[in-house]
Amino acid sequence: MDLMNILFIAPFLDMADAPVFLAEVVISGVLTGVMYSLVALGFVLIFKASGVFNFAQGAMVLFAALTLVGLMERGVPVWLALIGTAAVMVALAFVIERVMLRPLINQEGIILFMATIGLDFLLQGVGQIAWGSNVKVLNVGIPNKSFEVGGILLNEFDLFAALIAAVLVGVLAVFFQKTAIGRALRAVADDHQAALAVGIPLTTIWVIVWSVAGIVALVAGIMWGAKSGVQFSLSLIALKSLPVLILGGFTSIPGAIIGGLIIGVGEKIAEIYWGPAFGGAIEGWFAYMLALVFLLFRPQGLFGERIIERV
Amino acid sequence: MNNARDIGDVLLKVEDISLSFGGVQALTDVTFEVRAREVLGIIGPNGAGKSSMLNVINGFYHPDKGRITYKGTTRTKMRPHEAARQGIARTFQNIALFKGMSTLDNIMTGRNTMMHRNFLWQALYLGPARTEELEHRRAVERIIDFLEIEAIRKTPVGRLPYGLQKRVELGRALAAEPELLLLDEPMAGMNLEEKEDMCRFILDVNDEFGTTIALIEHDMAVVMDICDRVVVLDYGRKIADGSPDAVRTNQDVIDAYLGVSHD
Repeated sequence: MDLMNILFIAPFLDMADAPVFLAEVVISGVLTGVMYSLVALGFVLIFKASGVFNFAQGAMVLFAALTLVGLMERGVPVWLALIGTAAVMVALAFVIERVMLRPLINQEGIILFMATIGLDFLLQGVGQIAWGSNVKVLNVGIPNKSFEVGGILLNEFDLFAALIAAVLVGVLAVFFQKTAIGRALRAVADDHQAALAVGIPLTTIWVIVWSVAGIVALVAGIMWGAKSGVQFSLSLIALKSLPVLILGGFTSIPGAIIGGLIIGVGEKIAEIYWGPAFGGAIEGWFAYMLALVFLLFRPQGLFGERIIERV
Repeated sequence: MNNARDIGDVLLKVEDISLSFGGVQALTDVTFEVRAREVLGIIGPNGAGKSSMLNVINGFYHPDKGRITYKGTTRTKMRPHEAARQGIARTFQNIALFKGMSTLDNIMTGRNTMMHRNFLWQALYLGPARTEELEHRRAVERIIDFLEIEAIRKTPVGRLPYGLQKRVELGRALAAEPELLLLDEPMAGMNLEEKEDMCRFILDVNDEFGTTIALIEHDMAVVMDICDRVVVLDYGRKIADGSPDAVRTNQDVIDAYLGVSHD
């Protein structure tokens, strides 16, 4: 009876007792969720357009952030460093296409996945050799003041991150759904052979999509780097975006966003209200449990393409 | 029969094409030509190398030996997106549509080679790219009307019945406004009514747009009806080439299909 109370009654009573505090928890969850979404977005882009599950997305986030900080430490102005880093990410896309994807054309998805694991190690290593492995502070001049609205404490930085994510998602959604290149990307994801037959050059498409994923990684790297410093653990946030992908569906851009929000809010609420019942620190594994439940009942995620099999 | 059309010069010529997969010889020294505005049938028993031949023409397979001359340019192999840009479009034996995309989007991909506005414009979906997109959209709507598939414009093609998918695939090939259309068993698995529709579309395409068509088909009645000329393959070799009537009475062809008695 006591256990029932702790799990199913007390947490809700706590929430009702302090609504302002609950709102703060939810908002902080939403903003963390936005950050997860930014990383998940990079995964979705590459998966949508080439059917490759890019294990190295986290490493790309780290690599982009390291490059940006590295350039800035050497006295390059912020705007130039941003352009420079973006150029490096595009160059990286060219190299990945030429060295990794092209020789593996027409191979199974699992083989490409293995290749991206290799890429993950490579990027982490090269990034740290080139720019050093100590924790760096990234300051690109995003305002970081707190203010109060109706008794709820908000942070300018978090709002800024949410705004950036919203803009990015809007642009990408239009790009995928409305433009000829977006259509070509979807075509390549659907059927390589048919795409070739209608004259879509696979290699160009891959460069484009890896470049876009690289830029998204840069944005995620800036946000996470500015929030918690640029360090090796940045590449581990990629792991947190796995449950986001499972929730949202691997092929859905809106799914990546909503999945991120659910995970962000869910883990914050779980930590605060249910944490004590489990001895705390459930923020670390709550997302994975949620993903597991989804895999059991809705394996394609909330917005993934329905699996239709004709027999 | 469409004898009224005037058959033009040689559009495509394949010479001495040989292709093998490991130890299996798929094609051996095959030579034939396709003339502008004709409907050429490629027939032969199962495994004769018909699909391999189409794959060589549009560059999916690179032959071990031989030459391909298309519109006056001779080369030893094609590349798929090059072939597409040069006006060769095709359909597949096992439909290769983009299953998750709508009929409209599938057919729009067929116009991919004709989109010129650069990437940035397209990404922004502004200005010239938008005008261009609308132009292509009009062209695609004409094809949709032509093939009588208005009702399924927005349907994801994975949900369509087989016969309609074949029609959408033809639409996607037509969207490229091809000079040479390769059809790999366009009527396989269709009922009589669907076959009649498909025959009508093929003849109309040939008639109205002057598109040259090379098609593989197993239904002899269809082949004899719509083809101007027929090439017969057997075990990777060409055994006959001529008018449908001539081919029908050719002893080698009869033997290939019915077998030879050994007594």
